[in-house]
Amino acid sequence: MDIARVTFRKSFFLGLLGLILALLATLPRYAAGYTPILLTSIFMYIILAVSWTLFSGPTGYMSLATAAFFGVGIYVAAVLGDTLPLPIFIVAGGLASFIVALLVGALTLRLRGIYFAIFTFGLVILITHLLLFWELHVIGIRGRFVTVIDYNTIYYAMLSIFVTLLLTAYFIRRSKFGLALQSIGENEEAATHIGIDVTMVKVITFAVSAFFIGAAGATIATRWTYIDPYIAFDVRFSFLPVLMAIFGGMGQLYGPVVGAVTFAYLQEVLITRFPELYMLIFGVVLVVAILYLPNGLVGLIQRLWKRSTGGQRANT
Amino acid sequence: MNITTILDVVIGGLLMGGIYALIAMGLSLQYGVARVLNIAHGEFIMLGAFSTWVLYTTFGISPLISLVIVGPLIFIIGFLLHRTLFRSLLKSAPSLPAFEGSSLLATFGLLYIIQNTAIIVWSSTPRGYTYLASPVHLWGAVFAANRLVTLGFVVGIGLAFYIFLARTRLGKAIRAAAQDPSTAGLMGVNINQVLALCFGFGALMAGLAGVLYSMCFSIQATMGLGFTVIAIIVVVLGGLGSIPGSFIGGFILGIIGSVVTRIEASLSLAAFYFIFILLLLVRPKGIMGK
Repeated sequence: MDIARVTFRKSFFLGLLGLILALLATLPRYAAGYTPILLTSIFMYIILAVSWTLFSGPTGYMSLATAAFFGVGIYVAAVLGDTLPLPIFIVAGGLASFIVALLVGALTLRLRGIYFAIFTFGLVILITHLLLFWELHVIGIRGRFVTVIDYNTIYYAMLSIFVTLLLTAYFIRRSKFGLALQSIGENEEAATHIGIDVTMVKVITFAVSAFFIGAAGATIATRWTYIDPYIAFDVRFSFLPVLMAIFGGMGQLYGPVVGAVTFAYLQEVLITRFPELYMLIFGVVLVVAILYLPNGLVGLIQRLWKRSTGGQRANT
Repeated sequence: MNITTILDVVIGGLLMGGIYALIAMGLSLQYGVARVLNIAHGEFIMLGAFSTWVLYTTFGISPLISLVIVGPLIFIIGFLLHRTLFRSLLKSAPSLPAFEGSSLLATFGLLYIIQNTAIIVWSSTPRGYTYLASPVHLWGAVFAANRLVTLGFVVGIGLAFYIFLARTRLGKAIRAAAQDPSTAGLMGVNINQVLALCFGFGALMAGLAGVLYSMCFSIQATMGLGFTVIAIIVVVLGGLGSIPGSFIGGFILGIIGSVVTRIEASLSLAAFYFIFILLLLVRPKGIMGK
């Protein structure tokens, strides 16, 4: 009976996921205008938060390089956008970020703890200033224009990256590779001793997460029309994914998704209703979330769920 | 390149370096002892600078007197922040790295709260006032008097703080807590009190640096984060947790910044990062690190 219940639950969840996916895929047919645009930015934040968690969640290395990979994707889109079709420059943006992450990871992943966070944060600002110097003093033009693409196409592109990322994250978690990552986070030395190639696992995961961040950057760039180093490499994009992941809860795959959806929606509402107070409220929400939701929204929901169904569980 | 230019670059570098040194000493104390990598550190500089500006332009109080008014106020803010926010984070965190992560994010929230409140109150336009701007002649070069006075105060405050840490009883308790908090607690150091005091002293150093900075340069509500970033670089350069390292590192970075700015102004921040990244790769312990 228990097995029947488990298989029922499993097929129920799969059916639910399929239904949501079908709804999302056909969305532009019945909800034109604002909804796909809002959902595109929500997907973008989900991609950033889930990609960040993919590497930093299990290993415990706090990466603040998200803005760097995101910006690399944006710049690739700006350079290749007028000559190549959308899918190709999205993949190119992802690959460029992948390569940057490989180099950075190979150089720096031996730094532990707070040093890694500081280094990756510094990387964002170093790239910004070098690029700005290059544009002002070598090319002589600051910023670039990006070819605009119709918003429904961008919506579908973002949706496909989002689905691919969720599948990748799911399979990494379920695989031997994912277990290796987890054990690096628990105790790196012990992981080395049981025969895990620690450096390789870390660098590859870091690069895979950068691939999705870069692809998301290349996609969203087509909506921004004009970019310059400060817009493309905005440090907010380093911190937001971390906050979203922590706000949602990092224990489960859907934690960062819940966090990103909540934050992205909150941001949209706050920007339109209270444009001057937006950042201030954002800060207050952040401090309150860290103080009172140590395991994130998902942790809170699980706690409430357990409290309401606790009696039943105890019997089985 | 004549003697005047060299003197100009050196004095300018020492001045900025001294301000960096004070800020970095504060951050070093907050990170080295209280284990909070305070991203909102620069906001206390901004608060110090703006309070001085308000006191001078509305009440006519001299910035040098503001040092003794603004400093203690900011110390109290820092002390209370640790007593409330960081203390409860420390209590609920399962491990030290977990606390470092959550407190880093909490200070990021603080940054947004303080900075945006300041923008609402003072708007984001640059402000400034003139104080002690009379020219002083020094070996053929001309300097504004406020720069030399600021330089003097910066060095004085830095040294006084070092002597406080090295010689007094409280300073010893702070250094003991930095080395090993639980053993220090066993020796009768009131550890919660010391951590809150350290956070307060860190904020105080930032506040004083802000007061002095506002005497020479124009100030802006969004100026904080840039200083925080520089302070982090200086702290790593000097060696995490080493107060003399931060003091020396501040002056080194100030001189480098001054020289690079003279050659190509837009590259000064990139130069800092280049040094920083090189340092992290070659000697992550910093110049005075153990």
